[in-house]
Amino acid sequence: MTTGKALLQDRRAVIGLAILGVFALVAILAPLLAPVDPNAQPDILGTRFLAPMSSGPDGTRYWLGTDRFGRDILSRLIYGARISLTVGVLSVAVSVIVGCAVGISAAVGGGWVERVLMAATDTVLAMPRIVVLLTLVALWEPSVLLVLLVLGLTGWMGIARLARAEVKSILARPYLDAAKALGISGPRLLWRHILPNTMTPVIVAASLAVGNAITLESGLSFLGIGIPPPAPSWGSMIATGRDALVHAPWIATFPGIAIVLAVVATNLIGDSMRDALDPTTRERGETQSTIAPSK
Amino acid sequence: MLRKALRRLGIGIGLVFAVVTITFLLINLAPGDPARLWVAPNASEADLAAARRLLGLDQPLPVRYVAWLVDFVRGNWGTSIAQQRPVARVLLDALPHTLLLSGCSLFLTYAIGVLVGAFQAAKRRTPWDTTLTIGNLVVFGMPAYWLAIMLVLTFAYAASRYGWPSWIQFPAMGVASLDADFLTPWGRLVDRLRHLTLPLVTLSLIGIAGTSRFVRGAVLEVRGQSFVTAARARGLPPPTIEGRYVIRNALMPIITLLGLSLPALFSGTVFVEVIFAWPGMGREIVTAVGARDYPVVMATTAIFAVLVVVGNLLADSLYAVADPRIREGQR
Repeated sequence: MTTGKALLQDRRAVIGLAILGVFALVAILAPLLAPVDPNAQPDILGTRFLAPMSSGPDGTRYWLGTDRFGRDILSRLIYGARISLTVGVLSVAVSVIVGCAVGISAAVGGGWVERVLMAATDTVLAMPRIVVLLTLVALWEPSVLLVLLVLGLTGWMGIARLARAEVKSILARPYLDAAKALGISGPRLLWRHILPNTMTPVIVAASLAVGNAITLESGLSFLGIGIPPPAPSWGSMIATGRDALVHAPWIATFPGIAIVLAVVATNLIGDSMRDALDPTTRERGETQSTIAPSK
Repeated sequence: MLRKALRRLGIGIGLVFAVVTITFLLINLAPGDPARLWVAPNASEADLAAARRLLGLDQPLPVRYVAWLVDFVRGNWGTSIAQQRPVARVLLDALPHTLLLSGCSLFLTYAIGVLVGAFQAAKRRTPWDTTLTIGNLVVFGMPAYWLAIMLVLTFAYAASRYGWPSWIQFPAMGVASLDADFLTPWGRLVDRLRHLTLPLVTLSLIGIAGTSRFVRGAVLEVRGQSFVTAARARGLPPPTIEGRYVIRNALMPIITLLGLSLPALFSGTVFVEVIFAWPGMGREIVTAVGARDYPVVMATTAIFAVLVVVGNLLADSLYAVADPRIREGQR
């Protein structure tokens, strides 16, 4: 596969994949890696606000310190990776499914179907996403599933536009006429001949969207309306750290670094994939504009 | 030209209408009873029913929707359930703060972002470019609220604890000091500016990182095209090539980005306002959502939607300024 090879030759992709790989491993192996239970509050008065590298009264070493409930920051970070990565990846998966469904139906349907679907897309696009997120997440009972769904259902519009443009350009190509002339029709045409060829730009857009979803989830949890406590979300960890910023700055600092690393890693992979899949930039070996308007 | 503008305006109004309708449905279909938050916790069922009647919540949904829409269009935005003040008053108090913050940030983002991006493109593949690229990537990956907290930690807390010079110490929250009324006019201005610094730096840094990443790519893309090579072959001086040929053509995608970046700017504002206790629309909506203050949520959503639509219309008209082909085509 040339694309895979191009990716592995790109330093950015290698670094991004390495960071994300480590995060994924950490998330999967969380119970083995975490020194203590992320929600354990052994002896609140004795272990709270311990600085990084210090030991608790019972001799437990707290590498990244503890928060105001005496919970181990490192263990919470490790378990937090599960939430961030799950929500980041699955919410984008929801966006991709909805976006492709809308975009492809619009392109294939044409006429009024296309007009209605695209008008709907533009409407949702004009809604300030953060306001919709706040409204939806705050009004319903908070849960991981809700955050995931709401993030997914407010992030599909770009992908719908991309998928529509891509399918329309494919519908105009001669190989499709050839396929039709061979008597291939309906679902098989869509599944075997149209879909595979629209997927590349969608995958690029999706990989760039994962970082955004991770940031938004952490933001909602930071505001106290995302992942319900005491689950260790990086965003809510920063919120607890904010209250103790003066004398325990490490509580808010470490989860933020984790978020930045995760987002940078997904953006590196996305950038590199886009360049690898776009022959004009591949030949020049140059990065193209990041948020390029869809074709 | 006029017809086209009217058409766009019509689409814009339609969009805002659709957005408020969806928001109305979302809010009213959600569980949670604002009347219950409004009355005392030990209120009787009768009191609760009376509160519902007073707030108009006893009507069926379509009736409430039409009534709300008529009032809204007439400019009667109702009373805030939580604050017991007219919604228009609440938002008029908040809007200038948000516009000041986001307006300044938008200006800095583009002024500095375009410069940095063009500089990176000019110094492509030098240590300058690499350093700035990595810096952009990292800053762009930061959640706004976390960057805000880190800036507060450094320039408010650490600065005062370790006695840094006063010009790099900044207040951590609010728009003005408590004693601002006793300051001279000049002192008051300085006080306001010092309060504006950290929120503005937070929003602008992230904006600049995104913009310069984008501008660098856009400039390099134009520079690789054959008309630039042709200009070089004709022996035109490099400043002319850069200014007239490259930047001019790279402007188009940058304007598109401007229109697209408004919603992102507003969501950044929400978090930054919460951190810095900045009394703008963003903080207002976070409080209102928490308090099930439906009238405020509705009106804020509508205003945000209007701002987004207006921003896109402005970007569209900027196209015409930047690109004569579009101008000619419209005549």
